[in-house]
Amino acid sequence: MSTGQEQRTIRCLVAKVGLDGHDRGAHVIARAFRDAGFEVIYSGLHRAPEEIVQAAVQEDVDVLGISILSGAHNTLVPKVIEGLKEYGAFEDTLVLVGGIVPDEDRDDLKDAGVAEVFGPGTPMQETIDFVRENVQR
Amino acid sequence: MSEARVDDLVAGVLDGEHRALARAITKIENREPGYRDLVSALHAHTGDAEVIGVTGSPGAGKSTLVDKLAKRYRDRGLTVGVVAVDPSSPYSGGAVLGDRIRMASNVGDMDVFFRSMSARGQLGGLSTATADAITALDAFGKDRIIVETVGAGQNEVDVVRTADTVVVLVQPGSGDDVQMLKAGILEIGDVFVVNKADMDGAATTVSDLREMLHMRDGSPASAGAAGHHGMGSMADGDDDVAEDSADDWDPVVVETVATENTGVEDLIDALDDHYAHLRETGELDRRERARYAEGIRQLLRSDTADLLEDEIARHGGMDALVDAVQAREADPYTVADRILDPLADCVDRRRE
Repeated sequence: MSTGQEQRTIRCLVAKVGLDGHDRGAHVIARAFRDAGFEVIYSGLHRAPEEIVQAAVQEDVDVLGISILSGAHNTLVPKVIEGLKEYGAFEDTLVLVGGIVPDEDRDDLKDAGVAEVFGPGTPMQETIDFVRENVQR
Repeated sequence: MSEARVDDLVAGVLDGEHRALARAITKIENREPGYRDLVSALHAHTGDAEVIGVTGSPGAGKSTLVDKLAKRYRDRGLTVGVVAVDPSSPYSGGAVLGDRIRMASNVGDMDVFFRSMSARGQLGGLSTATADAITALDAFGKDRIIVETVGAGQNEVDVVRTADTVVVLVQPGSGDDVQMLKAGILEIGDVFVVNKADMDGAATTVSDLREMLHMRDGSPASAGAAGHHGMGSMADGDDDVAEDSADDWDPVVVETVATENTGVEDLIDALDDHYAHLRETGELDRRERARYAEGIRQLLRSDTADLLEDEIARHGGMDALVDAVQAREADPYTVADRILDPLADCVDRRRE
């Protein structure tokens, strides 16, 4: 009956997994997502994969952006994805990775279920556009 | 979303599936097609949860306290749902929902279901969405549901009123006693918490609060209600107050240091006392009735508003109507009548 409510709000979890103690980048992306009209939940530093899964499932986010600088992406990211699958949340969650990821690891991450990897210097708009175009549901 | 999906969601929520609960709340929040059927189906399974509203100014320590509160409830073997409401940007509509970050004590414990909600700029709609989310958590089987909101405006007052017990957090040094006389969230609290009680000025804040609450009992409000007594009855006014207060709840002031986990047990005792009081006096029932009445009114208002929007569009849209008024061809009352009369006629006919 009501008009103009078709455009639903995109929900994102911006997550820091593992040991890096630096989250300036995560703050910047959280703010950019907010300004793009998304609802952003920020996990805070030093989260274990299970905590990220818990948050992603309960918050029912459309997008999970994992920021990793420590180099532990090959072990941590698949754990998060496994957790999402366990709760039946993987199919409708767009998983992105940002931060420092060597080129040779990108394909492995994508094989594991990551939709895209955004390295340093990626224009913010590119990430936002990617989210808008690829979000499920 | 088809009807089958709603049935699946309902079954999932009642089965205790976290994913189904999360999806149900999303559907409610987005007002997706079928959300009404969903809430209707869940309603029959509610009524067992105790709902606690927590409000207070930004930085008062609400999230940290809610985290510790949830932990204590879990230690007692109770399951907990938390709905945390944060403001959304008036410009982009976006929001950073930042309360989850402080839920450190309950990490990895799925029996604390924490959900962030944004105000989404809805006037009045927020309390409906929150109430519906509480319905989902209640039907899911949560024993305690905590609704946390920034106490920044009337909207938040509406939201915490979806709770059985309202907790207002006050910061030490948050203003003089005149600040506390102002209308607003201080009037709605059943339990007051001076958090960060280890800070300078905490003792003053506690005594200011107690004084303010004493004045609240003692009356402007109850004198207003009994206004027909007039000035002459001032002498026996005290007796009235004494009689009333046997049944009235005297708001409690609790001191906590949430970060140190101090005073949380006292807060739980105060919450239990208040709930027991609500039950013994029949106030629980009364509050529930008042909530449902307000909920029904809210739904009717927003549904008729939608109906009217459609009628306005049928009359060529608001711009065209305003043009006519501005050109002095019509006036606002005539325009309103023109739009509303057919609806009123229709209602009249259906009534017969």
